[in-house]
Amino acid sequence: MHELALAQSVVRIVEQETAQRQVNAVTAVVLEVGALSCVDPHALDFSFSAATDGTIAAGAKLKIRRTAGAAHCFDCDEDVKVMSRADACPNCGSHKLMVTGGDELNVKAVEVN
Amino acid sequence: MCTVCGCDGEGAKVEKRNGGKVSRQDHGHNHSHSHSPNDGHAHDHVHGHSRHHHHGGGERLDFGSGPAGVSVPGETQARLIEIERGVLDHNAELAAANRVRLNKQGVFSLNLMSSPGSGKTTLLVETLKALGETEYIAVIEGDQQTSNDAARIRETGVQAIQVNTGKGCHLDAEMVGKALDQISLTHGGLLFIENVGNLVCPASFDLGEARRVVLASVTEGEDKPLKYPDMFASADLMVVTKTDLLPHLDFDVDTLVDNARRIRPELDVVTASTRGAPGLGYWLAWLKGKYGAVVSDAAAHMAAE
Repeated sequence: MHELALAQSVVRIVEQETAQRQVNAVTAVVLEVGALSCVDPHALDFSFSAATDGTIAAGAKLKIRRTAGAAHCFDCDEDVKVMSRADACPNCGSHKLMVTGGDELNVKAVEVN
Repeated sequence: MCTVCGCDGEGAKVEKRNGGKVSRQDHGHNHSHSHSPNDGHAHDHVHGHSRHHHHGGGERLDFGSGPAGVSVPGETQARLIEIERGVLDHNAELAAANRVRLNKQGVFSLNLMSSPGSGKTTLLVETLKALGETEYIAVIEGDQQTSNDAARIRETGVQAIQVNTGKGCHLDAEMVGKALDQISLTHGGLLFIENVGNLVCPASFDLGEARRVVLASVTEGEDKPLKYPDMFASADLMVVTKTDLLPHLDFDVDTLVDNARRIRPELDVVTASTRGAPGLGYWLAWLKGKYGAVVSDAAAHMAAE
Protein backbone atom coordinates (compact mmCIF):
# COMPACT_ATOMS: atom_id res chain seq x y z
CA MET A 1 0.00 0.00 0.00
CA HIS A 2 2.55 2.59 -1.06
CA GLU A 3 -0.49 4.28 -2.62
CA LEU A 4 -1.16 6.00 0.72
CA ALA A 5 2.31 7.56 0.66
CA LEU A 6 1.65 8.63 -2.94
CA ALA A 7 -1.76 10.06 -1.98
CA GLN A 8 -0.06 12.11 0.73
CA SER A 9 2.32 13.44 -1.91
CA VAL A 10 -0.67 14.42 -4.04
CA VAL A 11 -2.15 16.29 -1.07
CA ARG A 12 1.16 18.07 -0.49
CA ILE A 13 1.21 19.22 -4.12
CA VAL A 14 -2.42 20.39 -3.88
CA GLU A 15 -1.69 22.32 -0.68
CA GLN A 16 1.32 24.00 -2.26
CA GLU A 17 -0.56 24.91 -5.42
CA THR A 18 -3.56 26.36 -3.57
CA ALA A 19 -1.66 28.14 -0.78
CA GLN A 20 -1.00 31.31 -2.79
CA ARG A 21 -4.43 31.46 -4.37
CA GLN A 22 -7.83 32.35 -2.99
CA VAL A 23 -9.32 28.91 -2.68
CA ASN A 24 -12.33 27.96 -0.58
CA ALA A 25 -12.23 24.28 -1.28
CA VAL A 26 -10.72 21.79 -3.65
CA THR A 27 -13.47 19.88 -5.40
CA ALA A 28 -11.43 17.56 -7.56
CA VAL A 29 -7.87 16.57 -8.37
CA VAL A 30 -7.03 15.33 -11.85
CA LEU A 31 -4.31 12.71 -11.82
CA GLU A 32 -2.65 11.10 -14.79
CA VAL A 33 -1.73 7.47 -14.11
CA GLY A 34 0.17 5.51 -16.71
CA ALA A 35 -0.54 1.83 -17.22
CA LEU A 36 3.11 1.06 -16.44
CA SER A 37 3.33 3.20 -13.31
CA CYS A 38 3.64 1.21 -10.09
CA VAL A 39 0.19 2.24 -8.95
CA ASP A 40 -3.13 0.53 -8.44
CA PRO A 41 -5.81 3.15 -9.17
CA HIS A 42 -8.36 1.60 -6.81
CA ALA A 43 -5.89 1.59 -3.93
CA LEU A 44 -4.95 5.17 -4.80
CA ASP A 45 -8.59 6.28 -4.82
CA PHE A 46 -9.14 4.60 -1.45
CA SER A 47 -6.00 6.18 -0.02
CA PHE A 48 -6.87 9.61 -1.39
CA SER A 49 -9.97 10.03 0.77
CA ALA A 50 -7.94 9.09 3.84
CA ALA A 51 -5.01 11.35 2.93
CA THR A 52 -7.22 14.38 2.21
CA ASP A 53 -9.15 14.18 5.48
CA GLY A 54 -8.64 17.39 7.43
CA THR A 55 -6.94 19.16 4.52
CA ILE A 56 -8.13 21.71 1.96
CA ALA A 57 -8.81 18.76 -0.36
CA ALA A 58 -11.14 16.98 2.06
CA GLY A 59 -14.08 15.54 0.16
CA ALA A 60 -12.49 16.23 -3.23
CA LYS A 61 -12.94 13.70 -5.99
CA LEU A 62 -9.93 12.01 -7.49
CA LYS A 63 -10.29 11.95 -11.27
CA ILE A 64 -7.86 9.43 -12.67
CA ARG A 65 -6.92 9.62 -16.32
CA ARG A 66 -5.32 6.38 -17.44
CA THR A 67 -2.69 6.52 -20.15
CA ALA A 68 -1.57 3.50 -22.14
CA GLY A 69 1.87 2.00 -21.92
CA ALA A 70 4.07 2.60 -24.93
CA ALA A 71 7.08 0.61 -26.08
CA HIS A 72 9.38 0.16 -29.03
CA CYS A 73 9.89 -3.36 -30.37
CA PHE A 74 13.46 -4.07 -31.48
CA ASP A 75 12.42 -7.11 -33.51
CA CYS A 76 9.69 -5.62 -35.72
CA ASP A 77 10.90 -2.03 -35.26
CA GLU A 78 7.41 -0.75 -34.44
CA ASP A 79 6.12 1.54 -31.70
CA VAL A 80 3.40 -0.41 -29.93
CA LYS A 81 0.97 -0.10 -27.03
CA VAL A 82 1.33 -2.40 -24.04
CA MET A 83 -0.66 -2.72 -20.83
CA SER A 84 2.03 -4.30 -18.65
CA ARG A 85 5.79 -4.69 -18.54
CA ALA A 86 5.34 -8.43 -19.02
CA ASP A 87 3.45 -7.99 -22.33
CA ALA A 88 4.84 -9.30 -25.60
CA CYS A 89 4.85 -7.17 -28.74
CA PRO A 90 1.27 -7.23 -30.08
CA ASN A 91 2.68 -7.32 -33.64
CA CYS A 92 5.30 -10.04 -33.54
CA GLY A 93 5.24 -11.61 -30.06
CA SER A 94 8.78 -10.52 -29.22
CA HIS A 95 9.74 -9.52 -25.69
CA LYS A 96 12.55 -7.27 -26.85
CA LEU A 97 10.59 -4.18 -25.94
CA MET A 98 11.88 -0.90 -24.65
CA VAL A 99 9.31 1.03 -22.64
CA THR A 100 8.99 4.56 -24.04
CA GLY A 101 6.00 5.89 -22.10
CA GLY A 102 3.10 5.12 -19.82
CA ASP A 103 4.84 5.32 -16.46
CA GLU A 104 3.42 8.78 -15.69
CA LEU A 105 2.13 9.68 -12.25
CA ASN A 106 1.33 13.37 -12.46
CA VAL A 107 -1.06 15.84 -10.93
CA LYS A 108 -2.52 17.55 -14.01
CA ALA A 109 -5.07 19.92 -12.51
CA VAL A 110 -6.86 20.96 -9.35
CA GLU A 111 -10.51 22.01 -9.50
CA VAL A 112 -11.29 24.62 -6.90
CA ASN A 113 -13.87 27.21 -5.99
CA MET B 1 7.82 15.04 6.97
CA CYS B 2 6.93 11.41 7.16
CA THR B 3 5.87 10.34 3.68
CA VAL B 4 4.75 6.98 4.89
CA CYS B 5 1.25 5.83 5.47
CA GLY B 6 -0.25 5.68 8.95
CA CYS B 7 1.84 8.50 10.26
CA ASP B 8 0.26 9.09 13.64
CA GLY B 9 3.32 9.60 15.70
CA GLU B 10 4.23 5.92 15.53
CA GLY B 11 5.38 6.19 11.95
CA ALA B 12 8.81 6.07 10.37
CA LYS B 13 11.76 6.55 12.59
CA VAL B 14 15.44 6.40 12.02
CA GLU B 15 17.08 4.58 14.83
CA LYS B 16 19.41 6.50 17.08
CA ARG B 17 21.19 5.31 20.13
CA ASN B 18 18.38 6.74 22.21
CA GLY B 19 15.62 5.58 19.83
CA GLY B 20 14.59 9.03 18.62
CA LYS B 21 11.94 9.49 15.98
CA VAL B 22 11.49 11.78 13.04
CA SER B 23 8.69 14.28 13.26
CA ARG B 24 5.23 13.40 12.13
CA GLN B 25 3.31 15.20 9.47
CA ASP B 26 0.94 17.79 10.77
CA HIS B 27 -2.17 18.01 8.67
CA GLY B 28 -3.82 20.66 10.80
CA HIS B 29 -4.70 24.01 9.30
CA ASN B 30 -7.58 26.40 9.35
CA HIS B 31 -9.37 28.36 6.73
CA SER B 32 -12.62 30.18 6.81
CA HIS B 33 -15.48 29.86 4.38
CA SER B 34 -18.22 32.36 4.92
CA HIS B 35 -21.75 32.18 3.63
CA SER B 36 -24.09 35.06 4.21
CA PRO B 37 -27.78 34.24 4.43
CA ASN B 38 -30.23 35.70 1.90
CA ASP B 39 -27.56 36.40 -0.65
CA GLY B 40 -28.85 34.29 -3.46
CA HIS B 41 -26.44 31.60 -2.39
CA ALA B 42 -26.12 29.81 -5.70
CA HIS B 43 -22.94 27.90 -5.77
CA ASP B 44 -23.16 24.17 -5.99
CA HIS B 45 -19.76 22.95 -4.99
CA VAL B 46 -19.21 20.03 -2.70
CA HIS B 47 -18.46 21.10 0.85
CA GLY B 48 -15.60 18.96 2.01
CA HIS B 49 -14.45 20.74 5.10
CA SER B 50 -16.97 19.70 7.65
CA ARG B 51 -14.37 19.82 10.41
CA HIS B 52 -13.05 23.26 9.64
CA HIS B 53 -16.17 25.00 8.46
CA HIS B 54 -16.67 28.28 10.23
CA HIS B 55 -19.77 30.07 9.05
CA GLY B 56 -19.59 33.79 9.47
CA GLY B 57 -16.23 33.74 11.22
CA GLY B 58 -14.18 36.83 11.98
CA GLU B 59 -12.28 36.54 8.73
CA ARG B 60 -14.80 37.28 6.04
CA LEU B 61 -14.13 36.50 2.40
CA ASP B 62 -17.53 36.38 0.81
CA PHE B 63 -17.55 34.61 -2.50
CA GLY B 64 -20.99 33.24 -1.76
CA SER B 65 -23.04 35.16 -4.22
CA GLY B 66 -22.54 32.67 -6.99
CA PRO B 67 -21.09 32.71 -10.47
CA ALA B 68 -23.44 35.44 -11.70
CA GLY B 69 -22.92 37.69 -8.71
CA VAL B 70 -19.95 39.54 -7.36
CA SER B 71 -16.88 39.25 -9.46
CA VAL B 72 -13.42 39.22 -7.95
CA PRO B 73 -10.74 40.46 -10.34
CA GLY B 74 -8.77 37.57 -11.71
CA GLU B 75 -10.85 35.01 -9.95
CA THR B 76 -13.89 32.99 -10.92
CA GLN B 77 -16.19 30.89 -8.81
CA ALA B 78 -15.29 27.41 -9.93
CA ARG B 79 -11.99 27.12 -11.68
CA LEU B 80 -9.34 24.75 -12.78
CA ILE B 81 -5.73 25.19 -11.75
CA GLU B 82 -3.76 23.41 -14.40
CA ILE B 83 -0.45 22.09 -13.19
CA GLU B 84 1.95 19.39 -14.26
CA ARG B 85 3.69 17.93 -11.26
CA GLY B 86 4.94 14.43 -10.73
CA VAL B 87 3.71 12.78 -7.56
CA LEU B 88 7.15 11.27 -7.01
CA ASP B 89 9.04 14.49 -7.82
CA HIS B 90 9.64 15.32 -4.16
CA ASN B 91 11.14 11.89 -3.49
CA ALA B 92 13.16 12.19 -6.69
CA GLU B 93 14.63 15.52 -5.51
CA LEU B 94 15.65 14.03 -2.17
CA ALA B 95 17.06 10.97 -3.94
CA ALA B 96 19.08 13.19 -6.25
CA ALA B 97 20.51 14.98 -3.20
CA ASN B 98 21.46 11.62 -1.65
CA ARG B 99 23.09 10.60 -4.94
CA VAL B 100 25.16 13.79 -5.13
CA ARG B 101 26.20 13.37 -1.53
CA LEU B 102 27.28 9.75 -2.04
CA ASN B 103 29.09 10.54 -5.30
CA LYS B 104 30.99 13.40 -3.68
CA GLN B 105 32.02 11.03 -0.91
CA GLY B 106 33.06 8.45 -3.50
CA VAL B 107 30.72 5.94 -1.87
CA PHE B 108 29.22 3.14 -3.94
CA SER B 109 25.67 2.29 -2.85
CA LEU B 110 23.36 -0.64 -3.49
CA ASN B 111 19.63 -0.88 -2.85
CA LEU B 112 18.80 -4.52 -2.04
CA MET B 113 15.19 -5.49 -2.60
CA SER B 114 13.20 -8.72 -2.53
CA SER B 115 10.26 -10.50 -0.97
CA PRO B 116 10.54 -11.16 2.76
CA GLY B 117 12.64 -14.25 3.35
CA SER B 118 14.65 -14.30 0.11
CA GLY B 119 17.88 -14.04 2.06
CA LYS B 120 18.84 -10.36 1.93
CA THR B 121 20.24 -10.16 5.44
CA THR B 122 21.99 -13.53 5.25
CA LEU B 123 23.58 -12.58 1.92
CA LEU B 124 24.69 -9.29 3.45
CA VAL B 125 26.17 -10.84 6.59
CA GLU B 126 28.12 -13.42 4.61
CA THR B 127 29.22 -10.76 2.10
CA LEU B 128 30.54 -8.54 4.90
CA LYS B 129 32.45 -11.47 6.36
CA ALA B 130 33.92 -12.24 2.95
CA LEU B 131 34.91 -8.62 2.25
CA GLY B 132 36.47 -8.26 5.67
CA GLU B 133 37.21 -4.52 5.33
CA THR B 134 34.65 -3.42 7.85
CA GLU B 135 35.68 0.20 8.27
CA TYR B 136 34.86 1.05 4.63
CA ILE B 137 31.37 -0.40 4.74
CA ALA B 138 28.03 0.69 6.18
CA VAL B 139 24.55 -0.81 6.10
CA ILE B 140 21.15 0.85 6.31
CA GLU B 141 18.53 -1.69 7.37
CA GLY B 142 14.88 -1.09 6.56
CA ASP B 143 12.15 -2.99 8.40
CA GLN B 144 8.70 -2.13 9.69
CA GLN B 145 9.67 -3.10 13.23
CA THR B 146 12.62 -4.41 15.29
CA SER B 147 16.36 -3.81 15.14
CA ASN B 148 17.12 -7.51 14.67
CA ASP B 149 18.73 -7.13 11.25
CA ALA B 150 20.94 -4.20 12.26
CA ALA B 151 22.08 -6.26 15.26
CA ARG B 152 23.02 -9.13 12.92
CA ILE B 153 25.04 -6.74 10.77
CA ARG B 154 26.81 -5.16 13.75
CA GLU B 155 28.01 -8.59 14.88
CA THR B 156 30.26 -8.56 11.80
CA GLY B 157 31.86 -5.28 12.97
CA VAL B 158 30.18 -3.17 10.29
CA GLN B 159 28.29 0.00 11.24
CA ALA B 160 24.55 -0.38 10.73
CA ILE B 161 21.63 2.01 11.07
CA GLN B 162 18.16 0.56 11.47
CA VAL B 163 15.28 2.45 9.90
CA ASN B 164 11.88 1.35 11.16
CA THR B 165 9.16 2.41 8.75
CA GLY B 166 6.28 1.77 11.16
CA LYS B 167 3.35 0.90 8.95
CA GLY B 168 5.31 1.89 5.85
CA CYS B 169 6.02 -0.74 3.23
CA HIS B 170 9.20 0.73 1.72
CA LEU B 171 12.15 3.01 2.35
CA ASP B 172 12.03 6.44 0.78
CA ALA B 173 14.76 8.95 -0.03
CA GLU B 174 14.08 11.09 3.04
CA MET B 175 14.56 8.15 5.42
CA VAL B 176 17.82 7.24 3.71
CA GLY B 177 18.99 10.87 3.88
CA LYS B 178 18.38 10.92 7.64
CA ALA B 179 20.20 7.61 8.03
CA LEU B 180 23.13 8.99 6.01
CA ASP B 181 23.42 11.79 8.59
CA GLN B 182 24.42 9.15 11.11
CA ILE B 183 26.87 7.23 8.96
CA SER B 184 30.52 8.04 8.56
CA LEU B 185 32.10 6.64 5.43
CA THR B 186 35.43 7.56 3.96
CA HIS B 187 36.15 8.02 0.28
CA GLY B 188 35.90 4.70 -1.52
CA GLY B 189 33.33 3.38 0.93
CA LEU B 190 30.57 0.92 0.24
CA LEU B 191 26.96 1.34 1.38
CA PHE B 192 24.35 -1.41 1.38
CA ILE B 193 20.73 -0.38 1.81
CA GLU B 194 18.52 -3.32 2.67
CA ASN B 195 14.99 -2.32 1.78
CA VAL B 196 11.81 -3.52 3.48
CA GLY B 197 10.99 -7.06 2.34
CA ASN B 198 8.39 -6.34 -0.31
CA LEU B 199 8.44 -7.00 -4.03
CA VAL B 200 6.00 -4.22 -4.91
CA CYS B 201 6.30 -0.86 -3.17
CA PRO B 202 10.09 -0.30 -2.96
CA ALA B 203 10.26 -0.31 -6.76
CA SER B 204 8.62 3.13 -6.91
CA PHE B 205 11.04 4.94 -4.63
CA ASP B 206 14.46 6.01 -5.78
CA LEU B 207 16.75 6.26 -2.77
CA GLY B 208 19.74 7.76 -4.56
CA GLU B 209 21.50 4.43 -4.87
CA ALA B 210 24.08 3.67 -7.56
CA ARG B 211 22.65 0.25 -8.40
CA ARG B 212 19.50 -1.70 -7.69
CA VAL B 213 19.76 -5.36 -6.79
CA VAL B 214 16.78 -7.69 -6.61
CA LEU B 215 17.04 -11.08 -4.92
CA ALA B 216 14.95 -14.08 -5.99
CA SER B 217 15.34 -17.29 -4.04
CA VAL B 218 14.85 -20.71 -5.59
CA THR B 219 12.14 -21.50 -3.05
CA GLU B 220 9.97 -18.87 -4.74
CA GLY B 221 8.25 -19.27 -8.12
CA GLU B 222 10.09 -18.99 -11.43
CA ASP B 223 7.35 -16.57 -12.54
CA LYS B 224 8.07 -13.98 -9.83
CA PRO B 225 9.39 -11.49 -12.42
CA LEU B 226 6.16 -11.79 -14.40
CA LYS B 227 4.00 -11.39 -11.30
CA TYR B 228 5.98 -8.40 -10.01
CA PRO B 229 7.36 -6.78 -13.16
CA ASP B 230 7.90 -3.27 -11.76
CA MET B 231 10.54 -4.48 -9.36
CA PHE B 232 12.48 -6.36 -12.01
CA ALA B 233 12.07 -3.59 -14.59
CA SER B 234 14.11 -1.21 -12.43
CA ALA B 235 16.79 -3.67 -11.26
CA ASP B 236 20.40 -3.75 -12.48
CA LEU B 237 21.20 -7.19 -11.07
CA MET B 238 19.22 -10.25 -10.02
CA VAL B 239 20.84 -12.47 -7.41
CA VAL B 240 19.35 -15.98 -7.45
CA THR B 241 19.75 -17.09 -3.84
CA LYS B 242 19.64 -20.39 -1.93
CA THR B 243 20.80 -22.33 -4.98
CA ASP B 244 22.28 -25.03 -2.70
CA LEU B 245 18.64 -26.14 -2.30
CA LEU B 246 18.18 -26.84 -6.02
CA PRO B 247 18.69 -30.64 -5.73
CA HIS B 248 15.62 -30.73 -3.48
CA LEU B 249 13.36 -28.58 -5.65
CA ASP B 250 11.63 -28.58 -9.02
CA PHE B 251 12.97 -25.18 -9.88
CA ASP B 252 14.49 -24.20 -13.21
CA VAL B 253 16.91 -21.27 -12.88
CA ASP B 254 16.92 -20.73 -16.66
CA THR B 255 13.15 -20.21 -16.64
CA LEU B 256 13.49 -17.62 -13.88
CA VAL B 257 16.23 -15.83 -15.81
CA ASP B 258 14.21 -15.94 -19.06
CA ASN B 259 11.21 -14.46 -17.26
CA ALA B 260 13.32 -11.72 -15.67
CA ARG B 261 14.89 -10.79 -18.99
CA ARG B 262 11.46 -10.60 -20.62
CA ILE B 263 10.91 -7.71 -18.23
CA ARG B 264 14.43 -6.28 -18.43
CA PRO B 265 16.58 -7.68 -21.28
CA GLU B 266 19.83 -6.13 -20.03
CA LEU B 267 19.52 -7.48 -16.46
CA ASP B 268 22.71 -8.96 -14.98
CA VAL B 269 22.21 -12.26 -13.18
CA VAL B 270 24.35 -14.15 -10.67
CA THR B 271 23.61 -17.20 -8.54
CA ALA B 272 24.60 -17.29 -4.90
CA SER B 273 24.53 -19.63 -1.97
CA THR B 274 25.74 -19.08 1.56
CA ARG B 275 25.91 -22.85 2.16
CA GLY B 276 27.96 -24.82 -0.33
CA ALA B 277 28.43 -24.32 -4.07
CA PRO B 278 28.40 -21.96 -5.88
CA GLY B 279 29.09 -19.80 -2.83
CA LEU B 280 29.34 -16.03 -3.19
CA GLY B 281 31.98 -15.94 -5.92
CA TYR B 282 29.81 -14.68 -8.79
CA TRP B 283 28.13 -12.08 -6.60
CA LEU B 284 31.40 -10.80 -5.14
CA ALA B 285 32.93 -10.60 -8.63
CA TRP B 286 29.96 -8.51 -9.86
CA LEU B 287 30.16 -6.32 -6.76
CA LYS B 288 33.89 -5.71 -7.03
CA GLY B 289 33.61 -5.02 -10.76
CA LYS B 290 30.89 -2.37 -10.33
CA TYR B 291 32.27 -0.99 -7.08
CA GLY B 292 35.73 -0.46 -8.53
CA ALA B 293 34.36 1.15 -11.69
CA VAL B 294 32.08 3.54 -9.84
CA VAL B 295 34.73 4.56 -7.32
CA SER B 296 37.18 5.23 -10.17
CA ASP B 297 34.51 7.34 -11.89
CA ALA B 298 33.93 9.32 -8.70
CA ALA B 299 37.67 9.84 -8.22
CA ALA B 300 38.03 11.04 -11.82
CA HIS B 301 35.02 13.32 -11.35
CA MET B 302 36.53 14.82 -8.21
CA ALA B 303 39.89 15.28 -9.91
CA ALA B 304 38.16 17.08 -12.80
CA GLU B 305 36.32 19.49 -10.50
